[in-house]
Amino acid sequence: MFFDYIVRRLLIGVFIIFIISIISFFIIQLPPGDYLTTYLAELSAEGQRITPAVEQRIDALRERYGLGDPFHVQYFSWITGIILRGDFGYSFQWNSPVSAIIWGRLGLTLTISVSSLFFSWIVAFPIGFYSAVKQYSIPDYIFTFFGFLGLSIPNFLLALVLLFLGYQQFGVVFSGLYSSEFAGEPWTREKFVDFLRHLWVPVIVLGTAGTAALIRVMRNNLLDELQKPYVMTARSKGLSEFRLLLKYPVRIAINPFLSTVGWMLPFLLSGEIIVGTVLSLPTIGPVLLESLLGQDMYLAGSFVFLLGVLTVVGTLISDILLALVDPRIRYD
Amino acid sequence: MDQNPVQPAEVDGRAEEDEEFYMASQWQLMWWKFKKHKIAVTAVLILLLFFGVAIFADFVAPYQPRSRHTGRVLAPPHSINFLSEEGGFNLRPFVYGFDYSIDMQTGSRIYEVDQDNKIPIYFFVRGEEYELWGVLSSDLHLFGTEEGGEIFLLGTDTMGRDLFSQIVFGARISLSIALLGVVFSGLLGMIMGGISGYFGGKIDNIIQRVSEILRSFPTIPLWMALSAAIPPQWTPVQEYLGIVLILSLIGWTSLGREVRGKILSIKNEDFVTSARLDGSSTPRIIRLHLLPSMVSHIIASLTLAIPRMIIAETSLSFIGVGLTRPAISWGVLLEQSQQTRHLISAPWLLTPGIFVVIVILSFNFMGDGLRDAADPYSSLTE
Repeated sequence: MFFDYIVRRLLIGVFIIFIISIISFFIIQLPPGDYLTTYLAELSAEGQRITPAVEQRIDALRERYGLGDPFHVQYFSWITGIILRGDFGYSFQWNSPVSAIIWGRLGLTLTISVSSLFFSWIVAFPIGFYSAVKQYSIPDYIFTFFGFLGLSIPNFLLALVLLFLGYQQFGVVFSGLYSSEFAGEPWTREKFVDFLRHLWVPVIVLGTAGTAALIRVMRNNLLDELQKPYVMTARSKGLSEFRLLLKYPVRIAINPFLSTVGWMLPFLLSGEIIVGTVLSLPTIGPVLLESLLGQDMYLAGSFVFLLGVLTVVGTLISDILLALVDPRIRYD
Repeated sequence: MDQNPVQPAEVDGRAEEDEEFYMASQWQLMWWKFKKHKIAVTAVLILLLFFGVAIFADFVAPYQPRSRHTGRVLAPPHSINFLSEEGGFNLRPFVYGFDYSIDMQTGSRIYEVDQDNKIPIYFFVRGEEYELWGVLSSDLHLFGTEEGGEIFLLGTDTMGRDLFSQIVFGARISLSIALLGVVFSGLLGMIMGGISGYFGGKIDNIIQRVSEILRSFPTIPLWMALSAAIPPQWTPVQEYLGIVLILSLIGWTSLGREVRGKILSIKNEDFVTSARLDGSSTPRIIRLHLLPSMVSHIIASLTLAIPRMIIAETSLSFIGVGLTRPAISWGVLLEQSQQTRHLISAPWLLTPGIFVVIVILSFNFMGDGLRDAADPYSSLTE
């Protein structure tokens, strides 16, 4: 039963990834003309002579990526390159294969997003719990107000405000993910500590809106549970209030936390793109923006594709976890 | 035995206002319930003010958004005074003018308040000429100074343009783009969700998968990719419509899901079945029976979708792939503060952000009130 369920979810996941790959390739094809034509035009505009060597290289690239072929042929050569050789195409801006650029940045983006997810969970759980148990108390109203505020501030604005306050109060510019002396260095203990010291700014910026939403989810779920008759039964039987709360209502109210991964992850990855750009982090954000503005489409398309794949995988994991934790989920 | 006819109101001891309550239409009940939500009502008033300002932008703003005050680049906001330094009280508010010197090391200007240069503020003053909505030409402004004076309530930007005036004009684009986006995505969502929920079966399955994929995708990269593909030679109007289209093409899914769920829950209600048995046609059932019981929910969800649109437009314009100058939206205005150097030396460049937050908060509160009011029968006794 459970195994069948997982297999079915996996198959759906693969199908969704297939659709996402088509959308991503569509994005790659979106700008009129291809990059090589633009590149050649730029070269001749700069008054450079197109040497046979350059021409040969460009012809080779054109051949390799099948530019000029119909959509499905090009798509096929693109997707088989990814699956068979891990070849995501060529970045003309960086003059290097896309795969050499993306992995490190994708890892950092994922690290930041997942850290924000945990941050939201850790902050939202006790606050949501408190707000539900002490409904209509003054702290409940205060949390609700800050919740609304947190939902209403765009990520990038919060990042800007933190940047400004950081400079005004401490004279530091909060940007990057590690101090300049660690740039390009291999990961060491010192670099990791330094990394953690920088990580909190994007994590807070990204986590705020999600936290606000989660507090409301937790509060509403727990309130719903607390009204159920079994809670009253337990209370009338003299169970201590603390055990009564933790034993059942909290366990049930916490399930949606796991299913939040499904919508939190795309939301966080989206936000990271913007926040990464504002705080100039060495993540996907700034590079994706640059590649889109410069029509470096293989790079841009690969990012869009991988971000989509990440969210599908995240949703899959959360579905499986949920099925494990909540025995009430039916496997069909 | 009492010969008078029985008065139900007297029998169960209810007052006349109760009768009014039971006779009220659905919309009246909603209005009563909404009125109780004080924060939501305040939010509506704030939004009305913002929309009023946006509509009459040319009149409210002291300057045209693109007129440059070359001697006043990155000038800080003027503060409005009623007391002069001798302690005298002036009923007419005034601002002090600026003197500036150039910092020889950084090359930036340092503004100093010039206590001798008092600039009184006048209301309904004649100033720069404009054409309201392209038809009404006038030069009357809500407030301003006399010839030779200047007033920058929120400072100026990197090109010496008055930030307050730009924010007032930016409200036009930021608010209207969000409204249009929501209307389009609402239409799309209603059509898709309606088809999906009403017909069910295979069509439902396909539409649900499509909306699932769109919803599981991180939206910002998609929006970025699509709007980066807008050709740079497009006119501002085309660009504007393009952004609206992009926002709604991806934004319809949540409303679509809600409409579908709502339809699924009411399409098997007795009154729908009776209508069908009575021989009503499908369009008639949708128009007369399904839509009226959903409209209030749809309006509430649409209101709650507006903040998402505003955040999307502002974010995209901020990073430079949404609207671009000469169009002025709040996101476009915030773009200047992306450079840390400007952010630190001229924090007032962030003020458009305050307006963004106020508008989003107001829509959220209003939507919350509407959602509570949308189902007026849920708590009849309250």
